[in-house]
Order: sequence, then structure tokens, then C-alpha cells
Amino acid sequence: MAVLVVAEHDGASVKDATNKTVTAALALSGDVDVLVAGSGAAGAAAAAGAIAGVRRVLHADGAALGHGVAEAVEAAVVPLMAGYDAVLFAATAGGKNIAPRIAARLDVSPISEIIEVIDGNTFVRPIYAGNALETIQTSDAKKVITVRTTAFAAAGAGGSAPVEAVAAADAAASAQFVKEEMVKSDRPELAGAKRVVSGGRAVGSAEEFNAVIEPLADRLGAAVGASRAAVDAGYAPNDYQVGQTGKVVAPELYVAVGISGAIQHLAGMKDSKIIVAINKDADAPIFQVADFGLVADYKTAVPELMAALG
Amino acid sequence: MKVLVPVKRVIDYNVKVRVKPDNTGVDLANVKMSMNPFCEIAVEEAVRLKEKGVATEVVVVSIGPQQAQETIRTALAMGADRGILIQSETDIEPLGIAKLLAAVVAEEGPSMVLMGKQAIDGDNNATGQMLAALLGWPQATFASEVAVDGASASVTREVDGGLQTLSVALPAVVTADLRLNEPRFASLPNIMKAKKKPIDMKTTADYGVDVAPRLTVLKVTEPPKRSAGIKVEDAATLVAKLKEAGVI
Repeated sequence: MAVLVVAEHDGASVKDATNKTVTAALALSGDVDVLVAGSGAAGAAAAAGAIAGVRRVLHADGAALGHGVAEAVEAAVVPLMAGYDAVLFAATAGGKNIAPRIAARLDVSPISEIIEVIDGNTFVRPIYAGNALETIQTSDAKKVITVRTTAFAAAGAGGSAPVEAVAAADAAASAQFVKEEMVKSDRPELAGAKRVVSGGRAVGSAEEFNAVIEPLADRLGAAVGASRAAVDAGYAPNDYQVGQTGKVVAPELYVAVGISGAIQHLAGMKDSKIIVAINKDADAPIFQVADFGLVADYKTAVPELMAALG
Repeated sequence: MKVLVPVKRVIDYNVKVRVKPDNTGVDLANVKMSMNPFCEIAVEEAVRLKEKGVATEVVVVSIGPQQAQETIRTALAMGADRGILIQSETDIEPLGIAKLLAAVVAEEGPSMVLMGKQAIDGDNNATGQMLAALLGWPQATFASEVAVDGASASVTREVDGGLQTLSVALPAVVTADLRLNEPRFASLPNIMKAKKKPIDMKTTADYGVDVAPRLTVLKVTEPPKRSAGIKVEDAATLVAKLKEAGVI
């Protein structure tokens, strides 16, 4: 069985999500190739070749591939699938955008966000925002899979796979890239952060959110998150939202400040390694999943925590 | 232009999901069901496009059991014009749903399919993209802003780390993310009015597409339970514990 991993990259390097997807691919087969589709992404292709376990790197270079537009990447991947039994993407915004298109073109049922490979046809994936896990078996000859990256360790360095050029797709005229506005922040990206500090409705206002949650996050080198209640109340922007309808995170350290722990929030963070809850209500459901709970008003507890961190 | 909005009836997002003791699925008996939250956002956006004079008709379609009629009625009460229910008592995978929707598109000829990015039961996040591929249409997924300009739409998308804007030629498939809008609550007069709006009753057989499953669910299990840890006295103890755990 030969497996293709479609890399996520910034042109110069491949993202950690790709290393994790390679780990999932290696659980399926020893023959794992990585496709780097981009515009002027030779650096990323070389970086993909250095991932341990990769057999070879396919490099598609074309102007239309510059921004990961789904139609263009689809056109690059579909012809390659004659030579592969499975194609894997990281379940990032980019991977989730493209994988189902390829599945439809190949007439297969896509398998989204796997967290475990049982065998070549059998996978475990979360449903209902992680409140249940389903083990599913596919009867499709070719598999199109996205991989929840928090469930797999990153494949290391040390590979020396050759890079081969493959045909780049023509420009997809029906969908055109216009612009990109990336959030400029020194903080790590929420979805992949090793530490996350989130605030809830108890924080009370956007000003308090900025004055309390953000400095604590910066002190810990953490990304900032929020509960849906805090987002709905306008204390934090929507892309901070952690939960069933927002982002699912699994950092090493998750600090929930003034978050009660509604089901929909727990669904987005309960796979974190260590959970800390600070809440003045000792009966808040968040304490049922927290490794360390501090029953205190965040207004005094957070400054004390900052002081204790030194 | 006509906008088609597929909607799904799912377990309400505030309900605690329970896995059946025999591990065949989750317990849906006597559980509150609602419109999938992302579908609600899609309906709201379509109704706003109509209110702005951009859309001329908003048609909602649902594929599911008889009770999915209620979901369609909710959309009609929010301002959609008419509904189509394709009845199916079995679960259909996103591939089959996309094929059925492609058949509905062929009949209805909408300029845009506006739908939720994902349903909160299966969490697949696949149907919109698959529909676009089957139709050969461009797609703009995870939309946080949609502006229709004649024969194209400018769509701002939520991507990892920021926003991306695409210009897609119509017809196109757009999938809604959370920030697109805040769905309205239907008023009582509108709920009454919605009862008179037409719903076309169909079955999957009417469309002659292959919706046979490709996936077999071997089992559904509870995720590993997290047990409550300890309560700490103060911030200093907390920091000591975190250092012990090696996370700071």
C-alpha cells in the first residue's frame, strides 16, 4: 500500500501538522510520499524530505498553488492518486477544505479527523465533538483521510528522501485568491499551542479580558482562548473560541479562568494534558475535569498566580 | 438569484451526548433535537441576502426522518420561502448527501448553495466541499463574510491564523463558519406564517442516486474519562504543582 501525505507548508518549511500526519501515514504503510504543492516552495520540499520515514517528496510548483486554493490543489492531487491507495491531510483549516473535494472526485467516503489507525481499513474518530468515539471500517479501495494532529506524535528529522518534480495544475479560474490577513501576534496559534489560557463569562468585560487573561497568557507563552459564553458576550473575538462550535485544542497546559465548564466548552479542551481551573464557584463543572483546581475569584487569583510565577 | 440552503436536524448542542450501553451508537431517544448551529447561520445569511435584495428566493432542503420537517419549519420561520424534505430513515454518509444535493441543484438551479461548514453530530466537515466537487463549482468554505457582486461572490474565510478572501464565480458553494452572523430568533407571527409555507415531500428514491454506505460503524464508545484532580489552596501551591508536573 502506498500513501500520499499532502504537506501543509509556508513555502520555506513544512508545518508540524505535516510531521504528525506522516506518523499517521506510517501506521498505514512504510511507503509514504509527501506532496508539496506550492509556488516557489522548494525550501518546503527539501524540509519535507528531511522528515524521518518519508520515501520521496513530490514537488508541484505553480503560481495557482500559491495560496492552497482548494480547486488548484485538487487538480494537482487527483491525477497522482492513480499511484496511491490512500491520501492523508492534516485536519487543519487547509486540509479540511481540500480533502473532501478529492474524495468526491474519487467517489470515496472521506474519513475525517482520525485519532487512531487500527488497520488499513479501520480507524477511530471522534464524533459529537469528542463526546463519543466511533470505530469505522471503510469498503472504499482508496482512502481519503484527515488526521487530528493532536492525536499523533510528530515524525522526527533525519530523513533524506529525494525530491521529484511533478506536474503543477493549471490555474483554477473559478476561484481566485484575493488577499490574506494573518493575525500578527507573538502568541502561538491557538489550535497548535502547547499552552492555552482561556477566559470565560465571569471575566465580565472585554477590558478585563485584555487586562487579566492576556497578560497571564503572555507570561506563560500561551495562546489565548475563550468560552463561547465570553465570545457571545463580546469579551473576546470569535476566533478565540474553544469548544464544540469553535476550536478543539489539546495543549500540555490549559488554564481555564472564570469558565464554568459547559459541555460545549469541555468538548473543545478535555484532551489537554494538564487542566487548571480558577473559578470562585466550587461546584462549577470545570473542576470535574481539572487536574488542579483553585477555588478563588480570578481578580485576586490571577495576580497572585502572576506573582508566584515570578 | 436563488439560494439553496441544506439544513440538518441534529441533537441540540446543549445536550449531553450518551453512548448506548451496547456500543452501537449514541442514545437519541427522548433527546432534544434542533437545527445544526452552522445550518442556522447559513439560513440567516441567506435570509439576509434576500432582505438586501440580492437573493430572490431562499429554498431549504433537509435529508432525514419525517421529523426533519420541524427543522425546515424553523428555517421557514426565519424567513426562507419554501422547503424540500427528502425522507430517509437511515443515516446517509456525506458522499451520498452530496450526491442527493447535486440532484436537487440540477432541479432547482440555484446560483449559490449556502450551508453549514459541519454538522455537530458526525463532525465530518465534508458535505459542502464534496458537493462543490461533484458540481464542478468553486467553493468558499468556513465563511465569515459573504458579499455578492453580480456574477461573483467575495468570501472572507476563517483559516488557521487569520482570514483569507477568495473571489468565487457563481454558481458556487459557500459554507458558513461561526462568525458569519448571529442567527435571529423567529417571532411568533413568523412561526405562524411558516406553517403555511410549502414543503415538497420527497424520498431518496426520487433522485435515483447511489446513497449506499461505504463505511461500517464497528462500535461507538465513550472517550476515556477524565477524573477530577485536586483542589489547591493558593496560587503558590498551584505553581509548585505545575512545576512538579513539568508543564511550566
